[in-house]
Amino acid sequence: MNSLMPPLAQGAAAAKPGGSPPQMPSRPMVMETRGLSLYYGRTQALKEISIEIEEKIVTAFIGPSGCGKSTLLRCFNRMNDLIDSVRIDGQVLVGGYDINGPDMDVIELRKRVGMVFQRSNPFPKSIHENIAFALRLQGLRDRSTIDGIVEQSLRGAALWDEVKDRLHTSALGLSGGQQQRLCIARAIAIKPTVILMDEPASALDPIATARVEELILELKKDFTIVIVTHNMQQAARISDRTAFFYLGALVEYDTTQTIFTAPSKKQTEDYVTGRFG
Amino acid sequence: MDVQTPQLHFEPGEREPELIHFRAKSRDWASCLFTGLTGLATWLILGMLGVILVNILVNGWTGLSWRFIISNSDQDMFDVNKAGVLPMIVGTAARVILMTLFVIPVGVTTAIYLTEYARTTSLLTRIIRGAVNNLAGVPSIVFGLFGLGFFILFVGGLMDRSVLGGGPEPRWGKPAILWASLTLAVMTLPVVIVATEESLKAIPQGLREASLALGATKLQTILQIVLPQAMPGIMTGGILSVSRAAGEVAPILFTGAAYYMASYPKALTDQFMDLGYHVFILSTQSPNIEQTRPILYATVVVLLLLTFALNFVAILIRTRMRKQMRALH
Amino acid sequence: MAESRQTSGRSHGWMGLRRGHQARPLEWLGEKAILGVSLSAILMVFLIFLFVARESLPVLLGLADSGVYHEPVSLEEMARMPRGELADYLDLSAAEMERMDEATLKLLMEVKAEEIAAAPEDKDARINTVSWPYLLLPHQWTGYDKPEFIWQPVSAIHKYNVVPLFIGSLKATLVALLFAVPLSLAAAIYVSQLAAPRTRELLKPAIEMLAGIPSVVLGFFALIVLATVLQNTFGYQSRLNALVAGIALGFAIIPVVFSIAEDALTSVPRSYTQAALALGASKWQAAWKVVLPAAIPGVFAAVVLGFGRAIGETMIVLMASGNASIVSWNILDSTRTITATIAAELAETVVGGHHYRMLFLLGTLLFAVTFASNLVADLIIHRLKARLEGKA
Repeated sequence: MNSLMPPLAQGAAAAKPGGSPPQMPSRPMVMETRGLSLYYGRTQALKEISIEIEEKIVTAFIGPSGCGKSTLLRCFNRMNDLIDSVRIDGQVLVGGYDINGPDMDVIELRKRVGMVFQRSNPFPKSIHENIAFALRLQGLRDRSTIDGIVEQSLRGAALWDEVKDRLHTSALGLSGGQQQRLCIARAIAIKPTVILMDEPASALDPIATARVEELILELKKDFTIVIVTHNMQQAARISDRTAFFYLGALVEYDTTQTIFTAPSKKQTEDYVTGRFG
Repeated sequence: MDVQTPQLHFEPGEREPELIHFRAKSRDWASCLFTGLTGLATWLILGMLGVILVNILVNGWTGLSWRFIISNSDQDMFDVNKAGVLPMIVGTAARVILMTLFVIPVGVTTAIYLTEYARTTSLLTRIIRGAVNNLAGVPSIVFGLFGLGFFILFVGGLMDRSVLGGGPEPRWGKPAILWASLTLAVMTLPVVIVATEESLKAIPQGLREASLALGATKLQTILQIVLPQAMPGIMTGGILSVSRAAGEVAPILFTGAAYYMASYPKALTDQFMDLGYHVFILSTQSPNIEQTRPILYATVVVLLLLTFALNFVAILIRTRMRKQMRALH
Repeated sequence: MAESRQTSGRSHGWMGLRRGHQARPLEWLGEKAILGVSLSAILMVFLIFLFVARESLPVLLGLADSGVYHEPVSLEEMARMPRGELADYLDLSAAEMERMDEATLKLLMEVKAEEIAAAPEDKDARINTVSWPYLLLPHQWTGYDKPEFIWQPVSAIHKYNVVPLFIGSLKATLVALLFAVPLSLAAAIYVSQLAAPRTRELLKPAIEMLAGIPSVVLGFFALIVLATVLQNTFGYQSRLNALVAGIALGFAIIPVVFSIAEDALTSVPRSYTQAALALGASKWQAAWKVVLPAAIPGVFAAVVLGFGRAIGETMIVLMASGNASIVSWNILDSTRTITATIAAELAETVVGGHHYRMLFLLGTLLFAVTFASNLVADLIIHRLKARLEGKA
């Protein structure tokens, strides 16, 4: 159990040797997909995607709507399980384990791969209770420990100063940006390894967006972050790696700088220069 | 000429001035007739409803008194000056409260399965839904037969033959408030399921995702996030089932309602007097229908007020719930 | 590649990932319990059918015998007779038999023999009146001048012909449908298509309030008020009849027919109406020629469900139909329905007796009829929804 050697890795690795772009500097890898295809009923939403996500940087998924970037993101913590008609081929490896394997504990997986959604979704409880709920799921019972972590996560999400006087009022009373930062605070409270962000700033005004972006840059010191965004400037500002998707296929995956300045594919260039999408 | 056809987005009620002008010139008689007839039918239904309610209220008001509501009918339940309906109110209340204890847990659990666990396309889900729909359509008198055949004769009979019975007289295998409540619980199961399902479906999927993404199990999510949100809907379902059951007579005819009892029901195995059944007795078995008319009307008013009050509360809760939900979205 | 680009993570990060679901027995148990409880609806439908049909099984299978004539049994034969048959012969329940000593039984035997000897023999006494031909076909009973359908369970010869009851039920139901369907459909069209949105918000709950009136109250109203008013207006003979019961019954099904029809009409996409209006149709033409045809299966389902509800309704017909089991299609004659018969007679029967079993047989038939009508309506609505959503 302690072995970090992925039990199912060898066979698949042999089948798909050239899965990663060679020119990127080598960092330890946290998650990867190998030949991942996903179907909603009969429609194929993801086509043979192989991608590796590296540790403690921000990876951005970009592409026009319906290109499968959010669907791929949701594969990493198996949120697609919630949809009845989804079928998956290929592998998703997190920490070396095939997370779709028969003996995988999806609950433990989600505690380690946190998620922030497009629309802020605080529970209709108090601010404090929103985070305490997450902590109690971890088995924490001690009040003072919980209070401590609540403060620490709210500080981590740059929300503490704004809400410290009304921790016990309803989270639904917060503004949109504050709600989204509360959701981030809730996600980091349980100390995941990876945080998946699905267009976290798309519903926010520019000032709130800027604060969330600053926060993301701050968070990458401690967490591996994968962010889906339709906003190319945002991807350029905050990410270290960028993957461009089109019609369910991974077109190009490289350092953000390369993607935005010298993409190797025509489609990528058209997209980042705003000629379509 | 106005080239844009305003009819395209013509919503009833918000007529545009030029359109009225336009219509006034070429009066469409067929349209008037059609609208008039369907409107007439609508108001006819409402008018008849109004007539029934007004007739009952006006005639019932005279016989209704505080004494009538809070006294027993010790001597003669057909005596206009002495009769009271307290035992019937108590009996009806007791049987519906007992019923909710059975129906709410089962109904809510079924609704949870259907909305949170079941795959919408699976055969099992379709069979369960079909069964629920069918249960809603079974005639109430058949529930009465079922209560007699299953609860009293089969279950009660089994209990009598086991250690719970004892003694030559049947203790369980006879009409009792327990069996009446269980019969009603089976009957109102669809009401609770449908209302709970509706409120569960109204909860934004994002809340469930948020909880699951934090590593909560499905059960934890349901118990700690979903159910508290669905509480108003569950309450509505409970109240609607109570108001439906409160007025039902056919299912309790053979399963527990008593023509007359000198005392209140004290045990689950006791029979009970019932408001609806009492209306039936007063209307069909009164020695002098003209003389007992005031208490008959008064009893009907009590029964109607009870069911309408319950319906009204249910509607209030539902409206408030919808508003809250809208705020959440 | 796995060697060179070694998997990282804080070392505690990925431990315990691979415990699988066995790690949460409570969760597993909870899910199974939820599934189990949710099967109860299926179980209940099954049990209802099982236990109502079970009580009527002897009649269904032709095992019951309601013949009232017995050959006198001598005391010598008595010893050889099975206990059950003996109890039957003496009109005793099994429990009563148990309590009797031998001497009392002998006494009863003698009394019985005398009774049989004294009674003049009726040719009908040997008939098993619960066998199928007598349940369904007319028979010329002693004292009648022609074959007739007769339901008369409480008499010297128990007559169980179900035809009068079926006719009674159908009569009351037809009156109810004729009264309720046109009104509710017109109201459904008005509310869903023609009324202003704000009026609609008020009309819908107001009509559905009818559903909140207990059927015993509608029965009471029909019995005390409606019957008198109708008799004074039309001046017919029997005060309580299929017309009075049918109209009150109609009230009970108006909310059912209305809400389902309204639902079906509302679920027709707004674009249909808009397309018709854009072609120059007026609103009523759009409603009548476009929306209604599209929703017609739903309207049909509403009628079918209304039929099921009307035929199963008990208290209204029990109180307002007059309860005479006559074979007559005249709606102004007093009428006895299946449901009213069960409600009125079950209390007087002996558990396990043939009258009791006959009433359960009626219940089984009623269950079958409503089950079928529900199933049909369900299928229609399902198809309609699928079609309007473009799935089929």
